[in-house]
Amino acid sequence: MQALYAQLLVGLINGSFYALLSLGLAVIFGMLNIINFAHGALYMMGAFVAYFLLNLLNIGYWPALIIAPIVVGIFGMILERTMLQWLAGLDHLYGLLLTFGLALIIQGVFQNFFGSSGLPYSIPDELKGGTNLGFMYLPIYRAWVVVFSLVVCLLTWFLIERTRLGANLRAATENPTLVRAFGINVPRMITLTYGLGVGLAALAGVLSAPINQVRPLMGANVIIVVFAVVVIGGMGSIMGSIITGFALGVIEGLTKYFYPEASNTVVFVLMVLVLLVKPTGLTGRAA
Amino acid sequence: MTVMTDDSIPVTPRAIHDEMIAFAIMTVLLAIVPLTGIYPFFVMQALCFALLACAFNLLIGYGGLLSFGHAMFLGTGGYVAAHALKVWGFPPELGILAGTAAAAVLGIITGFVAIRRQGIYFAMITLALSQLLYFIYLQTPFTHGEDGIQGIPQGYLFGFLNLSNATILYYVVLAVFLFGFLVIFRTINSPFGEVLKAIRENEPRAISLGYKTDQYKFIAFILSGTLAGLAGALKVFVAQNASLTDVEVDMSGLIVLMTLVGGLGTVFGPVVGAFIIVGMQQYLSGLGQWVTVIQGTVFVVCVLTFRRGIIGEIAHYLRRSL
Repeated sequence: MQALYAQLLVGLINGSFYALLSLGLAVIFGMLNIINFAHGALYMMGAFVAYFLLNLLNIGYWPALIIAPIVVGIFGMILERTMLQWLAGLDHLYGLLLTFGLALIIQGVFQNFFGSSGLPYSIPDELKGGTNLGFMYLPIYRAWVVVFSLVVCLLTWFLIERTRLGANLRAATENPTLVRAFGINVPRMITLTYGLGVGLAALAGVLSAPINQVRPLMGANVIIVVFAVVVIGGMGSIMGSIITGFALGVIEGLTKYFYPEASNTVVFVLMVLVLLVKPTGLTGRAA
Repeated sequence: MTVMTDDSIPVTPRAIHDEMIAFAIMTVLLAIVPLTGIYPFFVMQALCFALLACAFNLLIGYGGLLSFGHAMFLGTGGYVAAHALKVWGFPPELGILAGTAAAAVLGIITGFVAIRRQGIYFAMITLALSQLLYFIYLQTPFTHGEDGIQGIPQGYLFGFLNLSNATILYYVVLAVFLFGFLVIFRTINSPFGEVLKAIRENEPRAISLGYKTDQYKFIAFILSGTLAGLAGALKVFVAQNASLTDVEVDMSGLIVLMTLVGGLGTVFGPVVGAFIIVGMQQYLSGLGQWVTVIQGTVFVVCVLTFRRGIIGEIAHYLRRSL
């Protein structure tokens, strides 16, 4: 049973990353109509920024949790201003191709300087150790990742669904021209949205650094799983992304316990099943 | 699907005439390669990728469907052909047939799932399916995991053509490439191809005209997958191995890049693109991971400034369809 709970926890952690990443993808897709293939590479950059902060500037985990998403978010906004914005009005596919190219560039550069092996990033002192819950040993850092990710996801949901800023955002998604006529700077909002989505990816990167080490290709496979998550959940609903992300992480964890050979593929198999039963994805709207 | 097709030139008898002339030039150029002293291995490899890119282009250029998982057909065709040749002792022609048939079956299965969604979702689904297949091939014993299937016998095609002779192999590869190319050429100039283009331009209208668009897309997907599998089976004779790199996401990206550089939706663009990208990989292979960076840069530059691709730009300049 210990092993089952441990895998369940690993599943929840992966689910946190899936949720943060698919949430960012959904937010970006809503505003920019672009599937951000560079999301995995930017997730990796988040982890690397945290690594640099610690090893070059001696800035620890807690400030990195705020600084890294901002740095990567600004980098993302520069990408949006200089490149992505020129794709407005073109076929969706060009956005996918451009961001795929960006992912190749970013990952290639990091691989050149850091190879393919993992760099260690230690757990902050405050979160070291664990507690024995009676039925399992719970490492504090892992519990922290799950809880913190959940809080960030819910805050993002609140920001988009319940605030005035979010209302403007949703309105601009539906009809940018009309929203512009109301005097709202839609292009700036698009840039900030991209920054927000990318920042969420970077945050997931920082959170994962102490668990999965810091590797140039850490995001390359994750992004494909997240695509499958997005196909399963649909990008129509923020809450849908969050729930699907966590749920699929847990299912993956359970598979690791009951049938480890399929743990790599279970999310993709589920995607196939969902497409056969409900092609529009679990949360509905057709694209 | 509107932007990709601006300035698209209607297929008229004259346009087909232009394409026929271009086809003749291409065939002659490729036929004299062994006389020129160009390294034949490079050209053979490029031809396999050219066939692959043409098959991919059939979907994106004429059906408006971006498959980001075409490596799964390349890899499946390759693995099955390699296994049939090496373990089952099939003669070359049956090995190629086995690999191609396996890709066709895969096309039926994956196409059934993938065509349920359009546009961007289609791309993500095909990508996820190919990743699923990657993990399957990584774990099943017959592919030999990281090592791949190596030392594949080339054998005698139809019992008398010695494929270990580079010149003979070259002309066999060329013949298979031309066969695949003509199948695609015939398809896009057929009534079926016209309906496919109509779906790309405006799917709801095609539906309202009574076309069962899902069936057309399904058939196009299977055809494209089958021909990509043929390219994979053919590549086994050139490279004499079948490995996981052919099933990886990077390979799917490379296929997209070849077609994009040459020109999406042009008849000859994928061929030109394949030669450029394979050549680039060959000459830059000493640069290690910088090749990835350069490929990414080509992607970005093409999407931002050069969306018609090389052949697309030439065709646009000449006001011809190529």
